[in-house]
Amino acid sequence: MSITPVTDATFVSEVLESELPVVVDIWAAWCGPCKAIAPILEHLAAEYAGRVKIVKIDADANPETVTTAGVTSIPTLSFYRDGERVDMLIGAHPKPSIAAKIDGLLA
Amino acid sequence: MTTTEVENFPGFTDGIQGPELMEAMRAQAERFGARIIYDDATCLALTESTKVIETSSSGTFQARAVILAMGSAYRKLGLPEEARLSGHGLSWCATCDGFFFRDREIAVIGGGDSAMEEALFLTRFAAKVTLVHRRGEFRASRIMAERALADPKIDVVWNSEVAAILGEANVTGLRLRDTVTGTERVLDVAGTFVAIGHDPRSELVADQVSTDAEGYVIVAHPTTRTNVAGVFAAGDLVDHNYRQAITAAGTGCASALDAQHYLSTLDLPTQIESPTLEVSA
Repeated sequence: MSITPVTDATFVSEVLESELPVVVDIWAAWCGPCKAIAPILEHLAAEYAGRVKIVKIDADANPETVTTAGVTSIPTLSFYRDGERVDMLIGAHPKPSIAAKIDGLLA
Repeated sequence: MTTTEVENFPGFTDGIQGPELMEAMRAQAERFGARIIYDDATCLALTESTKVIETSSSGTFQARAVILAMGSAYRKLGLPEEARLSGHGLSWCATCDGFFFRDREIAVIGGGDSAMEEALFLTRFAAKVTLVHRRGEFRASRIMAERALADPKIDVVWNSEVAAILGEANVTGLRLRDTVTGTERVLDVAGTFVAIGHDPRSELVADQVSTDAEGYVIVAHPTTRTNVAGVFAAGDLVDHNYRQAITAAGTGCASALDAQHYLSTLDLPTQIESPTLEVSA
């Protein structure tokens, strides 16, 4: 399962109105640590397929979502359930830390 | 890993992106049979002939030889509010986070080359950049310092240290203390970038392997041997001076050869494989 790109235009339908809990990865091409966690998120998307949706938002192209989310540091992972952000993880963290946050989202 | 552009790695005429270089190294190592485990090493027992490495969620590993390559981490200011405001206006990565401070006023803490580099980079976005340095002159190379001082968007506050980072949800300013007079004042900024150097990440092994006063692992130059048999160290964990991707890769190669030689001297049954495990904490 791959990671769906989300934009300012699709944020509401893909994230806030999602049936499944959603992990939103805010990233940018010029962010080294973002590239470092990208393969980890690919793995997690496969492992949690059907239970959690993992999407990514390019900070460069989607200023509205970035401003609304109050993000000033990337990578930032935001965890949404029923249209609300319930958790955040800022910075490049190892896979077990991200998995623990996803487990928390599912609990 | 946080370096975007690596300009000085031999063989890459036009430079290469740090993460791309890492990915290529990973693929190359795997081609030769390396198994890579993405996890935190949480506990190492190194002093016996069989070394034991515990990880946070991938189990426990045993090895005859271990190469330590945990690198270095950005030095923190050491303030209680630092953790709370990290990622909320407090950052260690200008290339990652400068973008989010377009037309805002920001501060850069530090006086070395990396502080100058960050400040100069941040002028692309910020309305104004204030360099805060605890001494009366920069430690940076003259060319970098002159470049920063000449930039109309960069102000310098000399002889000042950060007494507190202000703000509840986000950084709103800094309380600065004059290191000469002790007087304090507030600098209003929306973002603060810290560039006060690096520290080796040797905490996990410092009680077993000899380190110097600054925490760097001591090796028997020109080898990569530590004081513990079968334990080798490479890269920024050891290196005070050069701290380049290529120097780290060079000592990594040396440590692999040292470990291989060490294993060949052990009286091991030939049918048993003796994997060398590299730990990245």
